[in-house]
Amino acid sequence: MSNVRVLVGTRKGAFILSADGKREKWDVSGPFFAGWEIYHVKGSTADPNRIYASQSSGWFGQVIQRSSDGGKTWETPGGGVNAEPGQMPKGESNKFVYDTTSANGAELHTHQWYDGTQHPWEFKRVWHLEPSLNDPDTVYAGVEDAGLFRSTNGGQSWSELAGLRGHGTGPKWQPGAGGMCLHTIVLDPQDPNRMYIAISAAGAFRTDDGGKTWKPINRGLVSQYIPDPTAEVGHCVHHIAMNKKRPGVLFMQKHWDVMRSDNAGDQWKEVSGNLPTDFGFAIDVHAHEPETIYVVPIKSDSEHFPLEGKLRVYRSKSGGNEWEPMTKGLPQKDCYVNVLRDAMAVDSLDSCGIYFGTTGGQVFVSPDAGENWTPIVQSLPAVLSVEVQTLP
Amino acid sequence: MIRVVLPAHLRTLAGVGSEVSVEVSGSATQRAVLDALEKQYPALCGTIRDHVTQVRRPFLRFFACSEDLSHELPDAPLPEQVVSGVEPLLIVGAIAGG
Repeated sequence: MSNVRVLVGTRKGAFILSADGKREKWDVSGPFFAGWEIYHVKGSTADPNRIYASQSSGWFGQVIQRSSDGGKTWETPGGGVNAEPGQMPKGESNKFVYDTTSANGAELHTHQWYDGTQHPWEFKRVWHLEPSLNDPDTVYAGVEDAGLFRSTNGGQSWSELAGLRGHGTGPKWQPGAGGMCLHTIVLDPQDPNRMYIAISAAGAFRTDDGGKTWKPINRGLVSQYIPDPTAEVGHCVHHIAMNKKRPGVLFMQKHWDVMRSDNAGDQWKEVSGNLPTDFGFAIDVHAHEPETIYVVPIKSDSEHFPLEGKLRVYRSKSGGNEWEPMTKGLPQKDCYVNVLRDAMAVDSLDSCGIYFGTTGGQVFVSPDAGENWTPIVQSLPAVLSVEVQTLP
Repeated sequence: MIRVVLPAHLRTLAGVGSEVSVEVSGSATQRAVLDALEKQYPALCGTIRDHVTQVRRPFLRFFACSEDLSHELPDAPLPEQVVSGVEPLLIVGAIAGG
């Protein structure tokens, strides 16, 4: 029988939740890196025992952790014994240095600040780690201030894919309330040169040449909170999800609005339909039904909790527009938690499991595609991210 | 040998106890001690000072011999009692909480 391993990043450490394919009895291990903010933990599909974690704190900055045994033991990839002459320099696994020139020669020094003035790019933390689909030693990092980095040596050292910041609109990007973060990285499983990323508050971008050149893909997005609601960039995209079997179709939870694109982001259309509110952060797609999508509606951008104190996952089986609330097993009174953008995941078992974590420290699982929910854990620190590995 | 006391999270990260000792060749300065510390414990690179600018991270301070050395120049000599190993250099994180 298959197993699942749920990787949870929280404000005060990481946790690993394990179960067999029934997903009824869970083993909880952790906290790993106790006391540190763990923005993201994600395993490699090429080698499920290879897991990367982003560990950070306001005191000590960024640390990258890596496990090669499924999360039992961890190491800072560049932090072991000293390098011998000629070996890879050590202690650089947390060194994220922006390129100051791009491939097209544009200087990459500043972006737009909250007040409209230009502000220097300053590295703060890694929000998202996305391992390559084919090589466990290759991993992408989405960082704040928004930039995309890649490591090809298992996280020991990083180099920026500067064509993203340098494609032309970078100086117009502006931080949202949570900072200017590159929080979403989606790899196309059928085209290794195609990748999508999303930035708050710049929008979505795509490369078709492995990260050398990029273009904004925000046509169809309408954001009333920016001076030009249909601008090329400036949209606060919260998350993008894809079904791996149909990579040209994307679903997006924007600051407000749930969107879909049927042409790899070239054009978006709103599919919020009958949602009670279309503000939210998380969105995901069923592993086997590419038209079945999940969101967690949040009341508003100023009230980051569910409507009416009822925690409801909304499911659409029609690719959007028609939505149904999934509530069985979820708190339906006095619930005022949030579900953050990277805190929802799906497994790939025959009966697709859906997972999400809350800022109240709960991680819920539905082993039957959203029909029934149970808490795996209820009292973790605030959950920042949830990923799941489906293991043989 | 120069004694250095680390904050708790960095002890865990480096896999050491509360105090470590580093050997500094040449002048004993903040920069020289941090260079030696990072060489001996590479996991600490970037956690006390910025990788590129070498500026002390803002929530950390340096103390020794009951003096705040945080705003001393990186190449200023450390107090003799630190150099001789009588007193440790304290790396202290700002208090968390309220």
